[in-house]
Amino acid sequence: MSLAVLKPGLLSSFQDAGRTGSQHLGVPVCGAMDARAHRLANLLAGNQADHATLEVTLAGPTLRFESPACFAIGGADLHATLNGAPLACHRPLVARTGDVLAFGSATPGRAMRAYLAVHGGYALAPVMGSTSTYLRGHFGGHAGRALAKGDTIGLQSPLAGKPPALARLADALSQLRIYLPATLAPNLRHALRILPGVHWDEFEAGSRHDLLHAEFRIGTQSDRMGYRLDGPSLAMAAPRQILSEAASYGTVQVPSGGQAIVLMADRQTTGGYPKIAQVITADLPSLAQRGPGHALRFASIALDEAQRLDGEREDAFAHLQDALAPLRALFHA
Amino acid sequence: MNDIPSAFTQPAWRIQPQGDRCLLVYFGDGIDIGTGRMCLAAARLLRQAQLPGVIDVVPSFVAVAVHYQPMGSQGPRYPQLAAQIENVLGRGVAPDEHSGRDVDIPVCYGGEQGPDLDEVARHAGLSADAVVAMHAGSDNLVFMLGFAPGAAYLGVHDERLNIPRRASPRTAVPAGSVAVANRQSMLYPSQSPGGWNIIGATPLVLFDPAREPAALLQAGDRVRFVPIDPAEYRRLREGAQ
Repeated sequence: MSLAVLKPGLLSSFQDAGRTGSQHLGVPVCGAMDARAHRLANLLAGNQADHATLEVTLAGPTLRFESPACFAIGGADLHATLNGAPLACHRPLVARTGDVLAFGSATPGRAMRAYLAVHGGYALAPVMGSTSTYLRGHFGGHAGRALAKGDTIGLQSPLAGKPPALARLADALSQLRIYLPATLAPNLRHALRILPGVHWDEFEAGSRHDLLHAEFRIGTQSDRMGYRLDGPSLAMAAPRQILSEAASYGTVQVPSGGQAIVLMADRQTTGGYPKIAQVITADLPSLAQRGPGHALRFASIALDEAQRLDGEREDAFAHLQDALAPLRALFHA
Repeated sequence: MNDIPSAFTQPAWRIQPQGDRCLLVYFGDGIDIGTGRMCLAAARLLRQAQLPGVIDVVPSFVAVAVHYQPMGSQGPRYPQLAAQIENVLGRGVAPDEHSGRDVDIPVCYGGEQGPDLDEVARHAGLSADAVVAMHAGSDNLVFMLGFAPGAAYLGVHDERLNIPRRASPRTAVPAGSVAVANRQSMLYPSQSPGGWNIIGATPLVLFDPAREPAALLQAGDRVRFVPIDPAEYRRLREGAQ
């Protein structure tokens, strides 16, 4: 009825769509950095609800199934194997009791976060309506922290059935045709599209030009809370004290030192730094999949276009969920 | 301008998008109780309105943030949501002085719990006792929670407590610290880095995710700081753990 953690990986934490509804209490949303890959993994594991997935970063864990389970991996290709045999990403797969799932490492310069979903979800206690781990606050997920060696993670609904039935299920799953719509396929855009931040007009013309034309590099001091960008120094034309107000995922803020920071999943709910821009939601997965050292550029886009892309992705998820009804039916056969 | 009836003047707010999933409604540009109460009243109305796609409503000093997400290609989109918000607020936003709760927060001032009290007193040109009397002798509004879970921003203090933040922030401000800067107080629920001037500490647990409600204070609460001595602080702290 569980997963045993043989090796924890570099940073593996349970994340769902986020702890929304409590931002007015100062509670960070957290949730999957790459929400698209997280949702994809869940759907491919035959889930309809937003169960937490295991977000695996850069170098993944080694896990042993202590009961049969159906699982799927979304997002980055971290060269996962089951009992040593390479696994397909974005496919529903079956593990038997004793099977060892081992993630390898991300290919340098490629996507770095993978999401492991199990059918029925992990047995985690929701905190304030979410099972996402808030690493800094030490709550949510499993014991409020990243995976550690020796952890045992319960499964909500491990597969029942004897080996022949599992073999039939595995066979049926492997024969399913699954078409991933292009809007949901992982990609690393070189230019992330941005909208003007609420203080855009107050930045020097040179800074606004640099943001849209210069190359930036994700700094080493970057984590789930924020990505520091090495690049041209940005400044307000007439620097002033900004009163704390809400920030959101993808807010590009500029502290007085001039080095931009993009706020990520574990961001504070509010901040007092000027906000020059906002990365559009459709491009956040592409940003989240990059790590320190990765170069990127920004390009402008119109708000209605950004919202069209965001909405289209929602539609694509709805269509995919419908299309995967035969997959879910296999669990009730 | 003065001839125009108030109903036809510009509304007292301004809506601005923050990316494709959030917008901010601004009610002013400086810290004052009136603007703060407008934000709180608007946040309450917008939460009650349960507009489609809205997931979080977050008041702050001069703005209310509305976080939303699309339910499909139909939206909600920004122009649509902004119009709905105009509509809700257009029915009237009245700052309500009686909506929040009255909360007493015991504070042990100075000494080990308030290492910056003397410096604050020097800055204010007052004795340490006078700073305590001033801080504990007035009503405070919780303008907002932010920075960390359950962290409260309160004010507005006397002009003499218009003190800048420390030049170099501390890497670890203890949980429960009561700190001042720029005519405001900040209550730190958990140990965290911080640049405010620490004048005391409360023994109360300000945030506990396992508690309902998790945050001791909420935006809109009226807070009075009640001085306690170190022995009382230790006693209450032990009781709170």
